[in-house]
Parts: sequence; C-alpha cells; structure tokens
Amino acid sequence: MATTDVVPRESAGGPGHKRIVNDMSIQVATVNGSGSQSSNTVLLRSIFQMGVPVSGKNMFPSNIAGLPTWYTIRANKNGYIGRKKEIDFLVAMNPETAQEDTMSLAPGAAVLYDEPLALHKLRDDLIFYSVPYDQLVAAVCPEAKLRKLVKNMVYVGVVASLLTIDMVEVEKAIRKQFANKVKAANLNLAAAQAGFDYGKANLQKRGAFYIERMNATAGKIIIDGNAAAALGCMFAGCTVVTWYPITPSSSLVETMIEYMKEYRIGPDGKATFAIVQAEDELAAIGMVIGAGWAGARSMTATAGPGISLMSEFAGLAYYVEVPGVIWDIQRVGPSTGLPTRTSQGDILSTAFLSHGDTKNIMLFPCSVTECFSMAPEAFNLAEQFQTLVFVMSDLDLGMNNWMSDPFEYPTTPINRGKVLSKEDLDRLGGFARYKDVDGDGIGYRTLPGTIHPAAAYFARGSGHNERAQYSERADDFENNMERLNRKFETARSFVPRPEITKGSNAKIGIIGYGTSHWGITESRDQLRDEYSIETDYLRLRAYPFTREVHEFVEQHDRIYLVEQNRDAQMLTLLKLDLKPELTTRLRSIAHITGLPLDARSITDELTSMEGK
Amino acid sequence: MATTPTVVPGAAGPKTNRIGLTVMDYKGGKTTLCAGCGHNAISERIIESMYEMGVQPELLIKPSGIGCSSKTPAYFMNRSHSFNAVHGRMPSVATGALLANHKLICIGVSGDGDTASIGVGQFVHLMRRNLPIIYIIEDNGVYGLTKGQFSATADLGSKLKTGVVNDLPPIDTCALAIQLGATLVGRSFSGDKRQLSAMLKAAIAHKGTVMLDVVSPCVTFNDHEGSTKSYKYVKEHEETLQDVSFVPHFEDIDVEYDPGTTVEVTMHDGSRLHLRKLEEDYDPTDKIRAITRLTEAHDKGEVLTGVFYVNPEAPNFIDMLNVVDQPLATLPDSMTRPGKQVLDAVMEELR
Repeated sequence: MATTDVVPRESAGGPGHKRIVNDMSIQVATVNGSGSQSSNTVLLRSIFQMGVPVSGKNMFPSNIAGLPTWYTIRANKNGYIGRKKEIDFLVAMNPETAQEDTMSLAPGAAVLYDEPLALHKLRDDLIFYSVPYDQLVAAVCPEAKLRKLVKNMVYVGVVASLLTIDMVEVEKAIRKQFANKVKAANLNLAAAQAGFDYGKANLQKRGAFYIERMNATAGKIIIDGNAAAALGCMFAGCTVVTWYPITPSSSLVETMIEYMKEYRIGPDGKATFAIVQAEDELAAIGMVIGAGWAGARSMTATAGPGISLMSEFAGLAYYVEVPGVIWDIQRVGPSTGLPTRTSQGDILSTAFLSHGDTKNIMLFPCSVTECFSMAPEAFNLAEQFQTLVFVMSDLDLGMNNWMSDPFEYPTTPINRGKVLSKEDLDRLGGFARYKDVDGDGIGYRTLPGTIHPAAAYFARGSGHNERAQYSERADDFENNMERLNRKFETARSFVPRPEITKGSNAKIGIIGYGTSHWGITESRDQLRDEYSIETDYLRLRAYPFTREVHEFVEQHDRIYLVEQNRDAQMLTLLKLDLKPELTTRLRSIAHITGLPLDARSITDELTSMEGK
Repeated sequence: MATTPTVVPGAAGPKTNRIGLTVMDYKGGKTTLCAGCGHNAISERIIESMYEMGVQPELLIKPSGIGCSSKTPAYFMNRSHSFNAVHGRMPSVATGALLANHKLICIGVSGDGDTASIGVGQFVHLMRRNLPIIYIIEDNGVYGLTKGQFSATADLGSKLKTGVVNDLPPIDTCALAIQLGATLVGRSFSGDKRQLSAMLKAAIAHKGTVMLDVVSPCVTFNDHEGSTKSYKYVKEHEETLQDVSFVPHFEDIDVEYDPGTTVEVTMHDGSRLHLRKLEEDYDPTDKIRAITRLTEAHDKGEVLTGVFYVNPEAPNFIDMLNVVDQPLATLPDSMTRPGKQVLDAVMEELR
C-alpha cells in the first residue's frame, strides 16, 4: 500500500502538521428529503473508486421530509468498515443541528459549513471552512426550484478539493448515479465542479486528512444488505413472497420485485414467482405458511413489530411442520421503538417465538455476502427441516451501503427436503406424516395436488399422532414433542458453523454475531496494539448452537459476548445451552444506542472489565 | 382439472361419477359434532356436490380456522389435503396455498366467530382479492366450543340460553362480501338440501371468490326460543329470493326456462346457473340492489336466502399475477434459479 500512518510532513503546514491518509470519518448533516442521498452516494463512490475501502451509514429519522438526517462515510485503508465513533470531518448543511453537531466534535476535527451559519464563532479548537452555497448554486443552476437539490452536490466538490479526491472519480460517480438522466448528470457535475473550484481558489487546507489512491477496492461491489438478500432469495429459487411494508425491511422485497421482474420471467412472459403485499404481518406469514405447505419456497421480510404479530403463526408452522423463510431486519424495540435505528434485539423472542415449547432456527448474517449466501441456505434448511428459518439481519446491514467482494454463484443444489411423490406412494402404499422413519426427527410429507388416494394428510395445529390424526392422548403428544426436539437437535449439525479466528495463546474469547462483527474485528486489533490483549474470536452464524460453540467456551477462561441489545439476549440463549459450570465464564458487552456498534466502545468496555 | 371424464359403467359395480369414483371416495371421518348439528348436513352437501361435479379429490384442499365449523373438513373428503390453521386466519393460509399451486380447488370452511369477529380482517381482504376459493361460513350466531357466547352475526335482540340479550347489530357477511368484491355471494340454510347443493355446485364451477353464508343451527347452544338462528326461527322466517338450480357443463341437457322469470348465468366452465325469480324485480348482477335487499331483510327479521350476487367475468387474483401455467410449487430448479451469467451481470452493475 502506498500509504503511511500519521507521518509528519514538513512541507505542508509547517512542523508538527500531521498527514493522515485514507483513515477518516466524514459526517454529512442534512435535512431529510433534501436529496442529499445522491450527493452522499457520489462522495462514497468517489472514494471507493480511488481504491480506498469505504462504508456509508445513514442515520435517518422516521419521517418523510424535514427532520435532521446524518450520513457517515468512513474511509479506512485497513479495511475497517464498521462505524467509527469519532467524526473527523463534518459537513454541516442543516441549520437546525449545525451548532450541536459542531459542539460534539473532538478537538482538531474539521467543519465545512454554509457561510450564513457562522459556525466558526462557536469554538476555536476546530478547523473551519465556510462556503457561500447559495451564490455558487445560483451560478450553475438557473432553475430556482432545483437549487435545493443541487446545493448538496456542491459540498461534494468542496470536500473533494479539501480531501484531495480526484474530480475524475467524482464525475464518474455522478454519471453512474444519474445513469439515464444526462441533463441531471450535467447539472450535478457543474455543481460539484463549482464547489471544487471554489475550494481550490478560496479555502486553505489546514486539516490532516487526505484521500490518496490505493488499490484495495478493485473488483469490489457496493450494495446494501437488503438488496443482497433479495438477490440471494432470487437465486435460492424462492417462488412466493408475501409481505407487509415495515422499516427497515421494505426495501428487501421492493428490490426483489425489481430483480424478479427482470430475471424470473419465463420465455412466455409469465412469472415464475408470485409476490403479494398482504394486509398485515399476520396475513403475510399465514400466506408464507400456506404456500410452504403446498410446496412453494416461500418467504417474507419484516422487523420486530411484525415478528411479534407473527408469533401465533410461528408456533403453527413449528407444530404442523411447514417450511418458510422469515427475514427479520432488526430495528430498535420494544414497541415502535426507534424504527430507523439498528439493534440485535429480537434474538430471544425469535428463538422461542410463539407459545408452548416452540423453538426456531435462526441464521445470523454479518455481511452483505452472507445476506446473499445465507438465503439459499435458509431455504434449504427450511425445507429440509420443515420449519421456519429466521434470518436475523439488522437495519445497519440491511439499509446501509457495504463494500464487498462480488458474490459467488451458489454451488449447493436446491434441497426440497423429504417430499413423497405419487411414484413414492405407489411403491410405499401409504405414509405416516409425522413418523420418524429415519431417526433424525424429520417425517415425510406430501404436497396437495399429488394424485394418489393415500397422499392426503390432515395438517392441524391441534394435538396429533404420527398419522396426523387428531389426538389428545398423553403418549401421542409427548412422543411428538420429543420427536420435534430430536429434529431440532439434528439441525445442530446442519446449520452454518461459526467462524473462528484465533489469536496467539489467548485466554480471552470474544463471541459475537451479525453486524457486531465489524466493531469486534477492529476492536481486537485495538486490544492487541494498544493493550497487548490477545483474543480469540468466534462469530456465531446460527441457532441452534453447534458443537464448536461449546468447545470455544470450554477453551477460554473468560468469554465476552458482544451484542447490540440491553439484556444480553444471545448470552442468555447460550447460557441455556451450556453446562452450568461454564456459564460463569460469560460476560456481556451489550450496546443499545441504536447506532451501529463501534470498535472503541467494545475496547473500552472490555479493557475496563479486564481491569486495564 | 387434469382428469378426463370416464364413462359411467352400467349396472355392474357401485355407481360412479364422471371420473370413475364412487361416493365413498368423497367421504370423510366420523363426525364428533353434536347430533343434529347443522354443520353435519353441510358436510353431506359438500360430499354430494363434489361427487356429482366429479372433482378429483386430490386436487381439492380444505383449509379451515378454529371452531366447530372448522373441525368439519375432517368429516368430508379424506382424500383431500386439509389444513386446520389458527383462529380467524384461514384466508391467508388458503391464499398462500393457491399462490403455490393455482391448479388446486379450495374450499375454506369457517364459522361466524372465526369469520366475523377474530377473522374479519383477513376475511375482508380475501373478498377484495377475488381469489378463486369457495369460502363457507357455517353460521350459527354463537361460539360452540367455548360454550355458547354470542358471535358478531347474532341478530339484534336475539337471546342466549342464559337469557342474555344481544344488543349489538349483526355483521352481514354477505353484504360485506358483495361490497368488497366477492363474485358469487349467497346465503343458504343447512336444512335446505336442494338449494345448498345447487349453490355448492355453482361455487365449484365459479372461478373467483365464492362466499356462502350457510345458516346452520347450533342444537346445543342456539336452538331455543328467542334465538334467530334456531331451526324453528329459520323455517318460519326464511324468505327465498330464487329457486336455484344448476346444470353442469358435462351434462348435455337442454333446460327449458322462461327468460322473463328466470335469470340464466353461464359459469366459467360452461355450466349454467338458473335462478327462477321468486321476487320479481331482483337482479343478481346489481350490487346496490343486493345490499338494499339484505338491509331490508334485517329490518324485517327475515332470513333471506338465495344467490344475492354473481359476476362470472371479473378477473380473479391468480389471473392478475400472470404466473406460469405449471404450479410454482413444483417448478424445476432450472426455472427458479437463474444462471451464473445473470449473477455476473448484476455484480458488474454494482461495481
């Protein structure tokens, strides 16, 4: 890599002037609905195109237009793409929050602001740059009503000039953003150029932060987790999608509709899928279950409140043994909570979703790559185990842009599970739906429409025996529940195994899952570099927990379970699974701000618990 | 249907229908409902009409909700898949199943509590989709399994066995269904073999949402003096809109009828529904008239039966989805997993 860390550079800014290359976080504070999303994407892509690892996180209000919104871009040469706690460069576009945003910065940060805001009067330990946006935008945009939107593109140019982002890349990003709208692209480009020229001519660079070309993004893609999941589900052979709009899951199905319309239409112009917007989440999961029972690969996507509503149906699917895939893009609860903020708060309620002894399989994607690859896994597991599989994503993963290697085409074949055909029935003469023929707890099923006199069975949420007949007998009930438990135990060996990263002779183990992964990875480096603390790390990828999880706990003196909820939900779930003497090794690092978990918070908490 | 009619053999062997099955092939398990329950009579009519229409049992699904009525799919057509789901939410399960396999014929069985109270949300949305389903409400105005509380179809002023009087107006599920978009809507009485049988056959021939509200007295909790859903009350207060008869498409029969007094409706499959008017000015294609007449019936304390509304031409939900002919449930992987070149193209766009 062509970069060096914090090297004093004598020529620029005199002795002591630091030069920090490709390691910064930029926060853009704007007003919701002002069109800043395009500008932010262009800025993100420009840095990405310079070859610098980058991530973008949108912190937005539950509102259509008018409330404050923040977008944070993190560029990091080491490839850390989790949230960084400190802001290095603030673009203050929102008069309402400008003062507070400025006051919250650490000394030495830079602030780029709209001239009339006069933020430079607030503090003397920051670097201020002011820009007369209205004058600049008036010059390039004759149409007054477009100025509000174009104004945001001006800051992209100014930022490019101050951080040495190549305008060639800005232009390329603008052209991509406005792919089919040449006029809009030209207008935005003019605005960005005006900003760039203004910065060059009028602003004297004083900050330490620079973007320089490197080569860490070649061949990579940028995508959000919901779009990745949508693609994954399309390649998983999903045929029925039923849903009810809820933030932050809606874009998963909306993106899927677009992909399916493009790539899943047969030669006769007919669809190989059905996507139905239901009247509520109860109906959405009811349809998933009806479709799964009748043989489709069916799914829905939702968030916490939807999961709560689906509770009764989840128990039905568990007990009747119907496949289906539920994407939970977790947001902050309880109740309506913070609908546009991220959390890992649905773990415990989903594990046991529904009354009675219900247990559900969960998968935990941590990246856009896993949103894609876990989709076919989820559908295979659902059909193999004839049960619901919950894929526990979150808002940070689902709605934010992530850099990734391109996805690999799924190589695992589609597994439709134990389904008896007419020919099977001819050979067998009949079947008992809930009989454990193979000793794995999984019975054989038939699909409605199988033309054979012995094909039908009676699916019911009430007590039933092996032949699916109504039964209130104690032995029938007990046998069936024990078999369901056997099935869940079988699943332990089939769900995705955890990912384990070893330090050197570490006594401390960290367990994490989902998007907490990004903070954990960076924190482990901080722990090693700053505190000489070696850690091993196990990233959970599924519930039920596999053998490796138990072994990992056994191998370490202390285990820190890092997660994004208040009540240490995964830790609690793991406690239920562990030998009692091992549970005392577990310690919780739980984070509930609604913001993506950052490395520094983990490092601080872990070192404090370690007495450092 | 995927089957071809076979010639019914002569005297030898048991009587068979047009696909060569006997009525025994349409039977279900032994009922566990109370002796004399109206629901058992409805199950009998379902068996008869399915047999006479020559429905392939394996192509039928019979989802239901929770309650006495929702138990009945166990008592008819054992060769058909059943799904006894959760309370009030059979419509979504049925919808999902038909999305997965639109070749299936679906008879959803519900009750008045299951439909008009806990299930009214899913009911109204089912009606507005015009999904091809036969939705039957076995309507007795009370909750049987929980021992006799009022349901939302109980008439104003009707009395429970305990003497409690219902002081809320009923939901008319037929009026609701018509207003929302169901395309064959009628009310019958479990005790009226002829009318119910003809309406069920028309329902089987119809491609769209059929909503049949069948008044079906509860002999245990709602068959007493003061009830408006008792055998006695229904017999005394039944007003019949039409004399309903049905001519299936596979029976080459010319039925003489007088266009002045009878409305003929040609169903999707060519079957004909004949409605001989008992009320001169009633037009079963006029929604507004239907709702007006239903409102009048409530005001007069009548139990109005007949075909209230029919429209065999309206597009149904499956047509609107424009799906491939083969059921989505059984599409080969080659049709559901796009090739590697598709992923490569998408990845290229995202670079």
